[in-house]
Amino acid sequence: MKLKLEISHIMRSPHGNLVLEDCSYSFDRGGAYLLMGPNGSGKSTLLRICALLEKQDRGEVTYYAGEQRLQHDISLKRRMTLVLPQVGIFNATVFDNVSYGLKIRGAGRQEIERKTLELLEFAGLAAKKNQRALSLSSGEKQRLGIARALVVAPEMLFLDEPTASIDEANTRLIEEMILGKKKSGMTMIITTHDRLQAERLADQMLLIRDKKLVEG
Amino acid sequence: MNYLAESLSRAFFLILQLDQELISIILLSLRVSGSALLISAAIGLPLAALMAFGRFPLRGVFVNLLNTFMGLPPVVVGLLVYLLLSRSGPFGFLALLYTPSAMIIAQIILALPIVASLSHSALVSVDPIIRQVSTTLGATPFQVSLTVIREARYGIMSGMMAAFGRVMAEVGAILIVGGNIAGYTRVMTTTIALETDKGNFELALALGIILLAISMAINTGLSIFRRKGMTEL
Ligand SMILES: Nc1ncnc2c1ncn2[C@@H]1O[C@H](COP(=O)(O)OP(=O)(O)OP(=O)(O)O)[C@@H](O)[C@H]1O
Ligand SMILES: [Mg+2]
Repeated sequence: MKLKLEISHIMRSPHGNLVLEDCSYSFDRGGAYLLMGPNGSGKSTLLRICALLEKQDRGEVTYYAGEQRLQHDISLKRRMTLVLPQVGIFNATVFDNVSYGLKIRGAGRQEIERKTLELLEFAGLAAKKNQRALSLSSGEKQRLGIARALVVAPEMLFLDEPTASIDEANTRLIEEMILGKKKSGMTMIITTHDRLQAERLADQMLLIRDKKLVEG
Repeated sequence: MNYLAESLSRAFFLILQLDQELISIILLSLRVSGSALLISAAIGLPLAALMAFGRFPLRGVFVNLLNTFMGLPPVVVGLLVYLLLSRSGPFGFLALLYTPSAMIIAQIILALPIVASLSHSALVSVDPIIRQVSTTLGATPFQVSLTVIREARYGIMSGMMAAFGRVMAEVGAILIVGGNIAGYTRVMTTTIALETDKGNFELALALGIILLAISMAINTGLSIFRRKGMTEL
């Protein structure tokens, strides 16, 4: 059953600093939602709340499978992945970084091998699979982060600034990865500063304005 | 000068001909310190994980205490273990004094705070982002902790190396509780002390050379682990 996300009246105020006041939205179709807003407007905060990595102070985050509301348990959390802006690389090879999600889900060796290689290919990192991941360039790291999040075939993918501080060639590669995955029916929520990029990728543009979420 | 050169050459000769006494002393040293290290790791790593991941009252005090114990003077530890194990002491009935077991116990007391404390600092210095990444990829809290431990592995191994180096080189504690009994509790450092005292330099020098080589190997290991553990390139 398709995973749907609904947020209602989300308020978040870390240490008394009001960041999000009242955000409501229903992410009920597949495809790419592009979330825009100036620095400090709360894009990352909202993304982390949607991905169940951070708790809101008020309001509700509800995941549905069809009409059924889902518990916020590990089995729900394993249906979604988030790529942080800093990516966060494990001190291990490129291969072992990308296969992480499969390993912790107890996948078998052959499945791990096959799916990881497929994603490494997809991210253009197959030739570097045995390299120490910390030695990758920042563009490669960003692609690794996306491959690592995609390898478990999430139904929801959250990307926080996937192309900030990355050159044009890598940006194009990453956009191609995103466009390639859109066809699979996956729901993606992506933050960006780049309006042109948002227009290239978005099925739906969203904006944080005055601490509220609006369609843009 | 001539005398020193002569002693040195005879020391090398002892090493090269794999002198039986020399070998058994080296093996006992490795066995005592190796056992102490393994037991310290078995206790110290879970302790470090508890301090790094657990939330309980007086945690900070406990961490500080362990840090302080890292520098315990070996002779004081020797004295303490002696009092505990001596015939009139609370554990006298075990009859462990002047046995290799007593030496292992003393070295555990020296190694455990080092293993636990350095492992703890390796764990808490893992970039907090690793925790978040592993969570966002679907790890359970237990798997998150295992991932953090894995990220800290080189720091943890450095801590074990440092502890091993310290107990291998230590004389005070094992001399007091082991008694330096020939063929039974005589290890490298205590033999060096004794033979030097007796003016018998060739065995002392031979053991000194081996001990130096071991400590150089330990330091090489340490620097390899430090380099591999670096997360910024
Ligand atoms: N723990 C915290 N305590 C206080 N303020 C916080 C905390 N976490 C976030 N904030 C504040 O929340 C605001 C929104 O941060 P957030 O990272 O969500 O913005 P953003 O839109 O993603 O910005 P950017 O475009 O720079 O990535 C910032 O002003 C930040 O200082
Ligand atoms: Mg942000």
